[in-house]
Amino acid sequence: MIKTEFNEAHLLHQLKHYLPTQTPLKDFIHHNSLHAFQNMKFYDAIFKASKIFGYQPTLPLDDFRELHKVGRIDEKIIDRIIREKKGIENAAFWKANILHKKYDEHNEHRIGKLRSNWKNIFQLDLDNIVQPFLFRILSSYLDQGISIWNFPYNDNGFLASVKELELNSFNSFFKTQKVKQLLFKKDISITSLLQILVGDESFFEQYIFDQQFGHRGWSGMVATVEDKPDTLLDTKIISLNDLIIFELLLEIDTLTVELGNKFKPLSNLINQAPLNLFSNIENTELQEVLKIWQNAFEWSYYDEMLAGIQQNISLKPLQKSTKSEKSFQALFCIDERECSFRTHLENLDKNAETFGCPGFFGVEFYFKAEHAKFYDKLCPAPVTPKYLIKEFDVSEKRKHDLFYTDKTHQIATGFLSAFTFGIWAGYRLIKNLFKPEMSPAISDAFAHMNEQGKLTIENKNISDIENGLQIGFTIEEMANRVQALFNGIGLINDFASIVYIVAHGSSSANNPHHGAHDCGACSGRPGSVNARVFAAMANHLMVRKILAERGLIIPKDTQFVGALHDTAADEIEYYDTEILNEKNAKAHIVHTQTFENALDLNAKERSRRFASINTKAGIKKVRKAIKDRSVSLFEPRPELGHGTNTLCIVGNREITKGVFLDRRSFLNSYNFETDIEGKFLTNVMAPLGIVCGGINLEYYFSRVDNYKLGAGTKLPHNVVGLFGVANSSDGDLRPGLPWQMIEVHDPLRLMLIVEHYPEIVLKAIQSSPAMYEWYINEWVHLVSINPNTKELFYFKEGKFIPYKTLAKEIHFYKDVHTLLENAREMKTNHISHATQENLPVYLYK
Amino acid sequence: MENLIQFFILIPLIGFLASFFFANHNEKAISFISYSSLGLHLFCTLLFIIYWIIQGSPTLDSKHFVFYKEKNIEIFLDFYVDKTTAVFALLGSLITFLVVIFSKYYLHRDSGYKRFFNTILLFFFGYNIAVFSGNLETLFIGWEFLGITSFLLIAFYRDRYLPVKNALKTLSLYRLGDICLILALWMSHHLFHENITFLKLNNLNTILPLVQNHYGSYVFLICMIIISASIKSAQFPFSSWLPRAMEGPTTSSAVFYGALAVHLGLFLLLRTYPIWHTVLFAKILIIGMGLFTAIVCSLITKVQSTVKTQIAYASITQIGLIFVEIALGFHILALAHISGNALLRMYQLLVSPSVLGYMIHDQFFNFVPKKVKIKSSLVTKINNSVYLLSMKEWNMDSFLKKALWNPFKFFGNKFYFLSKKISLYILAIVFVVGLLLFYFDDHIPHEIDEKSHIAFAFVGVALILAAFVERKNALRAWSLIIISQLYSILSVALLNDEYEHTEILIYASGISLAAFIGVFTLRKLLKAEGNLEVNDFYGKIYTHPKLAFWFLIACLAFVSLPFTPSFIGIDLIFSHIEKEEYFLIFFTTINFLVLELTVLRIYARLFLGPSKKLTHPTANRSS
Repeated sequence: MIKTEFNEAHLLHQLKHYLPTQTPLKDFIHHNSLHAFQNMKFYDAIFKASKIFGYQPTLPLDDFRELHKVGRIDEKIIDRIIREKKGIENAAFWKANILHKKYDEHNEHRIGKLRSNWKNIFQLDLDNIVQPFLFRILSSYLDQGISIWNFPYNDNGFLASVKELELNSFNSFFKTQKVKQLLFKKDISITSLLQILVGDESFFEQYIFDQQFGHRGWSGMVATVEDKPDTLLDTKIISLNDLIIFELLLEIDTLTVELGNKFKPLSNLINQAPLNLFSNIENTELQEVLKIWQNAFEWSYYDEMLAGIQQNISLKPLQKSTKSEKSFQALFCIDERECSFRTHLENLDKNAETFGCPGFFGVEFYFKAEHAKFYDKLCPAPVTPKYLIKEFDVSEKRKHDLFYTDKTHQIATGFLSAFTFGIWAGYRLIKNLFKPEMSPAISDAFAHMNEQGKLTIENKNISDIENGLQIGFTIEEMANRVQALFNGIGLINDFASIVYIVAHGSSSANNPHHGAHDCGACSGRPGSVNARVFAAMANHLMVRKILAERGLIIPKDTQFVGALHDTAADEIEYYDTEILNEKNAKAHIVHTQTFENALDLNAKERSRRFASINTKAGIKKVRKAIKDRSVSLFEPRPELGHGTNTLCIVGNREITKGVFLDRRSFLNSYNFETDIEGKFLTNVMAPLGIVCGGINLEYYFSRVDNYKLGAGTKLPHNVVGLFGVANSSDGDLRPGLPWQMIEVHDPLRLMLIVEHYPEIVLKAIQSSPAMYEWYINEWVHLVSINPNTKELFYFKEGKFIPYKTLAKEIHFYKDVHTLLENAREMKTNHISHATQENLPVYLYK
Repeated sequence: MENLIQFFILIPLIGFLASFFFANHNEKAISFISYSSLGLHLFCTLLFIIYWIIQGSPTLDSKHFVFYKEKNIEIFLDFYVDKTTAVFALLGSLITFLVVIFSKYYLHRDSGYKRFFNTILLFFFGYNIAVFSGNLETLFIGWEFLGITSFLLIAFYRDRYLPVKNALKTLSLYRLGDICLILALWMSHHLFHENITFLKLNNLNTILPLVQNHYGSYVFLICMIIISASIKSAQFPFSSWLPRAMEGPTTSSAVFYGALAVHLGLFLLLRTYPIWHTVLFAKILIIGMGLFTAIVCSLITKVQSTVKTQIAYASITQIGLIFVEIALGFHILALAHISGNALLRMYQLLVSPSVLGYMIHDQFFNFVPKKVKIKSSLVTKINNSVYLLSMKEWNMDSFLKKALWNPFKFFGNKFYFLSKKISLYILAIVFVVGLLLFYFDDHIPHEIDEKSHIAFAFVGVALILAAFVERKNALRAWSLIIISQLYSILSVALLNDEYEHTEILIYASGISLAAFIGVFTLRKLLKAEGNLEVNDFYGKIYTHPKLAFWFLIACLAFVSLPFTPSFIGIDLIFSHIEKEEYFLIFFTTINFLVLELTVLRIYARLFLGPSKKLTHPTANRSS
């Protein structure tokens, strides 16, 4: 290792780069769990991260072999991958390796090696003594409203508050006078404390990494809150620097008590050289084997899927379906959970047409619900909006749940509560067990915005500003947004008389991770406001006038209706339907029934993955059971979120219409014909890597290592300070996804399929380095379908190369009910069983 | 009517045994067995209680099963029903039934689905033995099952570090409570000269003369009961285990630590009320302890920033108040308070994950930034000091560690030399001498017996303490435990001429089988793994689930869980120690206390915790 001088700022920067960046749970924003390694190629990155931090990077070898045995990984695909990667002459050798050779999978990770010496030398378990107290202090300081008695000081940051409390108290955080004095020393710094604790400077960085990654959940939370204080409603000032100093003080304190006043610094006690955690790792044969397996696992699905899609295109008449009268059109979020809903709608009403686009519908703003004290950001996380939409004229009162009062926890009122709430609690539990229904304690997607309330959508005076945000959009701004969206999805003529703008959200009970089920394009919130705002913009006559001037003509009779689909309960709510003209109002009643029927089918399609619901039961019964589970306290899987997501298709609906995609594909509408040069394509593709890729990779890593990169099983989770979950009282915060969300997920990287010429797609992704990184570093697979020849091209090492699918049997289905009812149910949630629940690509015959 | 009581014990037992026959993925069958047996139990309990009330709620008592009988020792199961039983039985049945239904869905596809329901049924079996018990022996049997099922459910997520550590923490306190109960049993044998039933305790004439004539012994008896009750109900200074016990699935925390197990200390107080209510000292102690706990824990509740720990401390606060109510004789009030508190805390725990969504939403509309009130510096200083003290849980956790467990470690290290080979040879020879002494009892002067037995008891304790600190080799620790038990039996046998072969055999039969299975499994493990270090948690259950199961059975038999004859053996040993034999009772007690800790610690360290095989995903230590 090159000996460099220890630099605190550099260390803190490094730490923040590698720590988890999950924000407090109220906003759940999916992201690549290994974002810190994204500048490397996927496999290099995961194996390096694994060596440093001990993460499991892929499924274990045995699981891959099991998947091969049960037929999920295709023999032909394995052979092809080995041939391509290793050459035909080495094929036999590698085939034998991957199938049979025994490997030592023991992964001796680098993190923790230095700090474990305290235990090795002195039998002293520092973490055992320091961590529980440290976590309790941190959680009390950051607490958002659980504790009744708050941390007494919080004005000047964490360490300053600790000092103030220490100064104004008869007792102390610390056991020794020495450390107390250290706390008040003027030049206290990480470096000065490390000199006492560790000694030799060359060990400092390693020591702090060991220490902070001993509780990566808490450190990550502190680092996140430091950078984005407004992710907490009750804002707190804290820094990673403060946390480290306080932790070092606690460690010195403990060591002084246990080893005496003059304990020696760690570097004097050990006989090992400092380790560069981030030095290059050695390439092993096992890694090669795992790469082949992972690719084979992925391509066994992709190949079949691509063959299916190709077949689907070729089966269709070349010209587009004759332009019959459209009954209605509906815009959905690209979310793969809407994929099935759209299919059922189209099947029920052959004249209906659906589109997909990111679920904030191109309108980015903060939302202030009436009487709310805060704003909700309703657009993708990286965007910072300049607009504010306010709700007003809400007559309905918010309901309360008395069970959440802190009075039951106090001595006298708790006494009275036992005699009143006690009996009531028993009754409530019985009721929820046998007849679950919505209550104020359940997160209700429809409660995000009041259906009866009004919104300040139009800005009539640009000086209308609140906290630096413009209230509402001007006509011009509206027109720009409406136009951009329609251009992106290629909806520029053939408008139906009603166009539904369907956002989505999710209701769930007893679920701290409920934000993870809401719309990712709306920063983990329901998109109802966006749908309503977009519909109002598109209905605005002045907007239409401007659009007409620019050549986008929306017929006079066409009206837009905002709606919200609850993906857990499978319910829908429409907004502002009173504006519909008479003809449209009548049609709307008919369409409502179509939507209801589609929701029935959607519920049925989802129900096959829920063991507690009998998919063969009457369809209304299934629908009711689906709704019930979204309000059942005992149900840790109100819905399965993005589980099984693995595809993202950008193109005409025609290419996927008729393909049963099993709710696995993000669908973004895009019409190459209206954008031959790919002007809009760049904008369409820009968010897909970070949104869909982020979701997909978070599921991937939570699935392959649910212990370290996921949140573990939900069942023992304990809500900490209203911003995170931990296991029990003394545990670290658990970022990532809980086991119940990922057990159905096959850990495959996302494949993005774009219907356009390879050279145009290449130009689009190369337009920004951030976007290009996703593809060139293989975090997301990319395929282009040549719209003319229907040939496939796979993006590999900077080039598009032709891809031929292996000859395959294509599955056909006639009746969706039979298909769903006969689908297999997993025996256990081991990957080799779980994956069998997934249906292969079917074509409608 | 009395004869019906046994069915309340049998139903969960049958359920427990039946649920063993299904594979983990057969969730329907497992949950069906659980909720149908619980449902049946609830239904029968309701009918029984209604019928019992119609009959005029008579106090029922029935002697059921005599385990052992000789001239002045009789060990038997006894069942008893009065209003306390009725409330606890109904409450237990209702809550367990509801939570089992809840868990049927909640635990879906958990890798421990079967284990969870098995353990809940076993817990419920123990719970019913306890609440229907008619004497301390029977109560103790139930108590033991509660302890062990608690351990198993806290360590439910056994592939993580904290659950296992906290399970051991809870277990060691529970064990201390058990030992106090054994001592109470022992003293009551000597005071009442029989295995007295709760029914007979109601007769003041049996109590009053004892209080007058044996005040010292009597106070000892009462203290043991109070300590045992306050450990079970997490009273000061034993409170810190409760929040840490919330490691299992939320539903098991709700049943155990929200609702049922934690209220059983109160049950013990209610049951033994006749023993202590005439003694002013006891009343003052209980009221004082209850009040102090209520105040301290309400302060600790206020500073908790996690949901489950807040509920735990809030519950302890109320239980403190119930201690006071019981001591003051307001038993109906206490029973109502118990029921209300149990239901409320169960519900709060079950819905605890909702708190995040609800409170954030609430805050979104009602947030008012806290204003800091300016107070005089002294008031602020006092406030801050109490705040910081409450954050540290009034140092209860570190106090218990220092006061209770560190001495064992300290002496264990002092006696560690005993584990050397040479010491073991010497010990073997000494043991043979001891045996000879025992066999030729009649030829040896009484004084030698008198002195040697204490020496033997002492060596027994020294050995078990050495086993307690053994970290390098589980097999060696196991051997030390076995030898220690031999010494312990011999010490009692030497002293007491009435302690005869049959009694020794009863104890040894269970123990020796356990010892054998233990040695066998450990040797197999050694062969497979190459070493048997117990310096950390090694999580070997991941690779050796079968060995882990059998070793657990061996451990449970070794600590005389009431499914082996050794259980009666323990009772007999204690019956043979006279109440003046302070040394012997002291050493024997310590021995039994450390025995369970050591044995289960070996199990936990070898088999539980994150696996050291880094070939698959493992949990971070701090998670």
